[in-house]
Amino acid sequence: MSDLVLLLTVFLACTVEAVEALTIVLAAGTSRHWGSALQGTVAALLALAATVAALGPAIGLIPLGTLRLVVGALLLVFGLQWLRKAILRASGHKALHDETTAYTKQVAAAGKAQAGGRGQVRDWYAFTLASKGVFLEGLEVAFIVVTFGNNQRDLPLAAIGAAAAVLAVTGVGFAVRAPLARVPENTMKFAVGVMLTSFGTFWSVEGTGAHWPGSDATLLALIPAVALLATGCTVLLRRGSSPLPPSTSTGGIPMEGTS
Amino acid sequence: MTWLRSFTRFWYDFVIGDDWRVAVGVTAALSATWGLVQVGVDAWWLLPAAVAALLALSLHRAVRPTRERD
Repeated sequence: MSDLVLLLTVFLACTVEAVEALTIVLAAGTSRHWGSALQGTVAALLALAATVAALGPAIGLIPLGTLRLVVGALLLVFGLQWLRKAILRASGHKALHDETTAYTKQVAAAGKAQAGGRGQVRDWYAFTLASKGVFLEGLEVAFIVVTFGNNQRDLPLAAIGAAAAVLAVTGVGFAVRAPLARVPENTMKFAVGVMLTSFGTFWSVEGTGAHWPGSDATLLALIPAVALLATGCTVLLRRGSSPLPPSTSTGGIPMEGTS
Repeated sequence: MTWLRSFTRFWYDFVIGDDWRVAVGVTAALSATWGLVQVGVDAWWLLPAAVAALLALSLHRAVRPTRERD
């Protein structure tokens, strides 16, 4: 895989996670207490840093074949989850993930929750909401960085891609002070699902000891093939039944593992 | 015990997600690929075929209730 492809893949995948995390932090901050929301964000980032620092170097000690098999399999299962949901959304069988609605519901839920602090945290609800959201989405970012970076033996480049995504989303988010509803999140999720599934397939097969014809160049055929398969499934499902109305929204907290 | 259940549930949702059959299918396909490689067959083609089948079956299961309602 070329450096540019690695960088773009990590950047795109991490952008999706960052958008979701930012939505939660903005909801907690604007509706409850900015200070507590930011404390929760910092606490989650510190916990994440400790997790990555503890597990990251250990991954480097595992033989490359075993690493590719295990990580590739995880990435493939992960990618298929993304792809499945993205296809169901694109075909109208699952409501589109609307960050504006998610944000509104988060604000409404936060407004109803009882106020109260613990220790240095003035608003415990805002703190836990922000920290849970950031930790979960951040865990996915860390997972993407560690797996892609270790497999390509270029952890710094993967980390740069992730950092660029997080900084870009954070900058835009706080500049507009609103959920990033204009980001075509469902389209991005579709693309990320294709990428994760393709890389997961590629690495896990290499991990079994099998050899792709064309080595790394196989990815140039594998990625379009997966994209074509996903697009084909979407078209078939659209034809197959009556879709949900376009205005329908999931509205739930965007904290599930792969959505 | 509640903490352990929550912890297990979190990781299950994080890794496995909505359709456990996909994870089982991927594991089975990779095991078969590894087995074939051990007996000298370079079975790189098996997993892509399995992925296509698993995705199609998972989507079929997901939309089946919708179609039955129509």
